[in-house]
Amino acid sequence: MKKLVLSAAVAALSMNALQAAGRDTISVMGSSTVYPFATVVAERFGKGTDFKTPKIESTGTGGGMKLFCAGDGIDTPDMTNASRRIKKSEFEMCQKNGVAGITEVMIGYDGIVIANAKKSEVMKLSRKDIFLALAKQVPAKDGSEKLVANPYKTWKEVNPALPANKIEVLGPPPTSGTRDAFAELALEGGCKTFDWIKAMKKSDKSRYKKVCHSVREDGAYIEAGENDNLIVQKLTANPKALGVFGFSFLDQNADKVQGSTIDGSVPTFENIADGSYPVSRPLYFYVKKAHVGRIPGMVEYVTEFTSDAAMGEDGYLADKGLIPLPEKMRNEVRENSVGMKSLEL
Amino acid sequence: MSNKMSHHRSNIEQVRHSLKKRHRQEKRFILLGKLSVLTGFLFLAFLLTDIGIKAWPAFQQHWIQLDVTFDAQILDVEAPADEAALKKGNYRGVLKKSLYAMFPDVSARRDKKALFKLISSGAEYQVRDILLADPRKLGTTQQIWVLADDDVERFLKEPALRESQQSDRRIKDNQVAWLDQLSGQGRIESQWNWAFLTSGDSREPEQAGIAGALRGTMLTILVTLAMSFPLGLAAAVYLEEFAPQNRWTDLIEINVNNLAAVPSIVFGLLGLAVFISFFGVPRSAPLVGGMVLTLMTLPTIIIASRASLKSVPPSIRDAALALGASKVQTVFQHVVPLAMPGILTGTIIGMAQALGETAPLLMIGMVAFIVDIPQGITDSATVLPVQIYLWADSPERAFMAKTSAAIIVLLLFLVTMNLLAVVLRKRFERKW
Repeated sequence: MKKLVLSAAVAALSMNALQAAGRDTISVMGSSTVYPFATVVAERFGKGTDFKTPKIESTGTGGGMKLFCAGDGIDTPDMTNASRRIKKSEFEMCQKNGVAGITEVMIGYDGIVIANAKKSEVMKLSRKDIFLALAKQVPAKDGSEKLVANPYKTWKEVNPALPANKIEVLGPPPTSGTRDAFAELALEGGCKTFDWIKAMKKSDKSRYKKVCHSVREDGAYIEAGENDNLIVQKLTANPKALGVFGFSFLDQNADKVQGSTIDGSVPTFENIADGSYPVSRPLYFYVKKAHVGRIPGMVEYVTEFTSDAAMGEDGYLADKGLIPLPEKMRNEVRENSVGMKSLEL
Repeated sequence: MSNKMSHHRSNIEQVRHSLKKRHRQEKRFILLGKLSVLTGFLFLAFLLTDIGIKAWPAFQQHWIQLDVTFDAQILDVEAPADEAALKKGNYRGVLKKSLYAMFPDVSARRDKKALFKLISSGAEYQVRDILLADPRKLGTTQQIWVLADDDVERFLKEPALRESQQSDRRIKDNQVAWLDQLSGQGRIESQWNWAFLTSGDSREPEQAGIAGALRGTMLTILVTLAMSFPLGLAAAVYLEEFAPQNRWTDLIEINVNNLAAVPSIVFGLLGLAVFISFFGVPRSAPLVGGMVLTLMTLPTIIIASRASLKSVPPSIRDAALALGASKVQTVFQHVVPLAMPGILTGTIIGMAQALGETAPLLMIGMVAFIVDIPQGITDSATVLPVQIYLWADSPERAFMAKTSAAIIVLLLFLVTMNLLAVVLRKRFERKW
């Protein structure tokens, strides 16, 4: 027992020395949406080269940024994944903490789908329907320019062409990047169709944002946690409910669930890639330039990630459900990222 | 007198009367008790069967046999090649060639791609390792069993998929025809999936294994045990046997009891702030995980140990002291050995609790994708519950089976630990 205590103490003390000696594994944090793609690249990178397999943590976009921008010491992450672009405030925090050079890499698109069980009918939605069904406040029914608490109970009330089912949507909680993107693309997209709300964007931006991004809290939108597999399971159990999740889960569960059309566009790989499906967002990762050369394999990892074999049209990331960038953009991204071009905001 | 008699009789009457009622009550309670035991048992049975059924596919694996020619030209290596050159070879090309040779009718680019998707993306590394192990195979043709892709796996394991519409499944009709042809030639085989127990994590379900998480769990638990057992025991012995009874020790006692009820994520935050940020212990390592879990299990161990020390009869202490033993001798030669069964039980319950934690580990970076199996307590690692959480969150359907299989491994680990507790208790148990 004495020996054990002693060795534990010695181990704890020698840690500082160990830490200073450096690290030979790339450390990546960030978004749980980018995680399934980054991990595939990391695994192939580890198997195909002599470098160690990078360690990918799933901390969420915001959490990853916080750690990434904490400083440029070797104990901070080398890269962070993000399901949205870095915010100005985060960029400034980075600068303030001495993380001067950041390279931005856009890796592709992710579609967000609204799906229901296969045994039900395909829902034909518009962004306006989604806004009216899910926003906290909606324009009054009489057509006046007044906002009222969302009165709609069934889809038929929202749009007579839709079935008379109760509005019941399972989706991610507010901490999720998917939820942010859903609010921005689907809800705001529908919100903007009202001219007087659109005009608000210029006159009162914070109110505009509040109106367009707030999701109702009276039980019609159910926060189902971050686990998309759970949402898929709940949809099969409740055929009248709809669920909001990433395209890769639809792709994997095509026998159980089907994606609703949005503004007439079916959520397929092709439609998201050419931009005709309106609810999709770009995914990124950010590289700390100060660590290039200090941590082995950083440039090689970025090269692998941006290669055609990975993020190209027939790449292995497309197999995992990532929607590739158009070729021209891909070449540009590759050039900038391998050359470690600094991001300026 | 008669009055008394009648009073007496009425008492007996009353008792007799109420006896039936009381018996009924007893019966009702026993029935209720049996029902609740049965309900609990049914829940457990249901849970275990469900997990077992879902996990079964994960223990079986399909392999496809290919005739692979290690063509130096396709591999792009010179004939007497060194290891570095062999490592960089184009093994994907070699595999493609062998598949295309097997199906000469397949010519369209799209179809060729679909054909190549039948085998696991890890096959190229598998083939590479075969050549690396024996470079003399360069230029020869070998019959090699490679892993099937996870979609093929699922298709072969779920007969219902074959009947479903083409758009509902990931294996399309042309791929089904190729698979049928392969299995007709005896080139598809199902084997027990040993790799699940021996390989690390992977994003490809057919290659993913539990070994990394299992090793990480063992290392983390070892660190936790090595730190929390001596600390907990020392604290308990001091507080119970030596500490004076005053306001300070009362305060400490209340705090220890309260700490046992603190949500575990708080310990994770503390670990991040103190161990990682201040002391610079490496992130994601079993060492820091063990330290955080030590914080979490210490109160449990202290409380259990104190209760166990308290239950040693005072006569033992008195006898030892009367024979001239010092206080320290009394405690360490008589009281602690007698209290050991209880202390060990408390420790193992604490360990079992720590074994199932994910929340505190999230903060210290152990919820991560780690492929390499950890070799020591400072390597990056993850633990079983985290692995379960990560797999349950993956889009690939085949991970559902892996999740259940990992749960089974975790349960077995727990059962083993509890069994150990029972054995230790039996061995050290004393009766007076």
